[in-house]
Amino acid sequence: MAGQDDGVATLGKAAAIGLAVGAAAIGFLATRRDTGNDGDDAPGYAARRTADDVTGRTVTIRKDRQELYSFWRNFGNLVPIMENVTAIRTAGPGSDRSVWTIRAPGGRTVDVETEVTEDRAGEIIAWKSVEGSEITTEGRVTFADAPGDRGTRVTLVIDYAPPMGELGRVVAKLARREPAVQARHDLKRFKMHMETGEIATSARRRDQTRAAQMDDAAKKETA
Amino acid sequence: MRALTWHGTHDVRVDSVPDPEIVNPRDAIIKVTSTAICGSDLHLYDGVIPSLQPGDILGHEFMGEVVETGSGSNLKKGSRVVIPFTISCGGCFHCKVQQYSACENSNPAEKQDMSAALYGQPMAGLFGYSHLTGGYSGGQAEYVRVPFSDVGPVVIPDHLEDEKVLFLSDILPTGWMAAENADIQPDDTVAVWGCGPVGLFAIQSAILMGASKVIAIDHYPHRLELAKKLGAEVINFRETHVQDALMEMSGGIGVDAVIDAVGMEAHGFAFDNMLEVVKQKVGIGADRAHALRMALMAVRFGGKVSIPGVYGGMTDKFPTGALMEKGLQVRSGQTHVQKYTAKLLEMIEQGKIDTTFLISHRLPLEEAPRGYKNFKEEQNTWTKVILKPGMAATA
Repeated sequence: MAGQDDGVATLGKAAAIGLAVGAAAIGFLATRRDTGNDGDDAPGYAARRTADDVTGRTVTIRKDRQELYSFWRNFGNLVPIMENVTAIRTAGPGSDRSVWTIRAPGGRTVDVETEVTEDRAGEIIAWKSVEGSEITTEGRVTFADAPGDRGTRVTLVIDYAPPMGELGRVVAKLARREPAVQARHDLKRFKMHMETGEIATSARRRDQTRAAQMDDAAKKETA
Repeated sequence: MRALTWHGTHDVRVDSVPDPEIVNPRDAIIKVTSTAICGSDLHLYDGVIPSLQPGDILGHEFMGEVVETGSGSNLKKGSRVVIPFTISCGGCFHCKVQQYSACENSNPAEKQDMSAALYGQPMAGLFGYSHLTGGYSGGQAEYVRVPFSDVGPVVIPDHLEDEKVLFLSDILPTGWMAAENADIQPDDTVAVWGCGPVGLFAIQSAILMGASKVIAIDHYPHRLELAKKLGAEVINFRETHVQDALMEMSGGIGVDAVIDAVGMEAHGFAFDNMLEVVKQKVGIGADRAHALRMALMAVRFGGKVSIPGVYGGMTDKFPTGALMEKGLQVRSGQTHVQKYTAKLLEMIEQGKIDTTFLISHRLPLEEAPRGYKNFKEEQNTWTKVILKPGMAATA
């Protein structure tokens, strides 16, 4: 029985990873695969064959890159934007590490502890999970001027190791926690928040928003 | 509240549903006083647009009174407003260049994937028009939640009654943009396929823009009669060879500009299996694809092609040869409503544009299902149906 429980727990963790990664802030280090294919100028994550679990996405946001950087650097700001993150706190008094609490199946959560590995104001924030973290992941967000007055091109690149390899990947997919999908949606919500001050929803009532429904579902699963 | 909801193909009902609330700061809640059934609602009625869910509230042409506002709304309670069918944030790149119907922020993040797969980039949010465009509840209801209410709604002066301004929500700007997209010059001969509401407003707009001749093509006698009253020459395609006629009526060189206000129901929607389903049903789809092909044949070399008619997916046997060899300019798209409303409201106030001639029927909201049925089946005489939530049911 104990073995079975462990298996279930690990599967849950696998799904949560996708989440964490997709949530896009759980982090880790930018990798060799995030720039430059052989022979063309496209980013590596757009390659037809990607060896690693690297996902990347760019959005253009009509805001100054310093403003976008500052918002992101204050990780706590990202909670309403990252659907699968329920809380972000510093690891302890005076610590520069962050602990991200990620939704996992069954109403549970998984914590991921990260440290910032690169930080240049208005340009880049990179992070990775610390040794011993339940989920291994790394990522970076970069900010570059868009042409003319179009604002800033924000690129998010994430690499992660599914806890159970291929199986973990499948579980994440089944749980609709694929990092690529989550990262894409999180970036869109980041853009919405910065450009409009709110996150678009077609909910007709407050208890019908996705955030409200996810909280609801989590409560039911826990109960 | 009461609302017209979709339950399946040719199955719409008026149900009781919970009232909407303010959800985001820039929202407002509108109490609907008038709303219309649009030709494009018939695509939903016919079940040819995917991603509708039973219970979805339809309707994207509506106006009413502001009854509640969020902290970020600039509307005042009690104001009368017309609501554009396109939901636009006002802050993204596309909104800043007045391409409002391409707003990047109004379609919820998790709903953007489907239209991005179809078109390469996601569509904006629209009211009452499936989950492809956000799944927003529509205006054929007593109340509507209006997002980004500081960008879209047009405040209407008290002396203008609903029926004079309701069509600012969609079909009037759509007809106007269709004519603008045809880049009409003073000596131009313009041919318009389809004398539904959009086609008729495109005719009206083309004449206001100074076209020397506008030729309307349809097969419903009453609709052709309306086109004639607006000042168009008409062709009934059941009686006349359209290509031959247009060549003669343009002095043998082809018409300068063509406007396809027909659109193509069902054809496409891109997923191969859906395409196959449609192909099996053919008939309608094939006939309607014909309108655009005819337009591309009738337009002169170097001429202009405007497509306000709704297309969703792909089509077969598209005349790429005519498109290239004739050096045509093509412009199309969902209407950038917010770009046009102020100017068109002014023209309505000045009496330069009257849209009330189009309205054939006024029904209480409770009779909306009958409105859909007849708007679809009695196209000759049911040219435009207005629904009034406040009107007492007759039966």
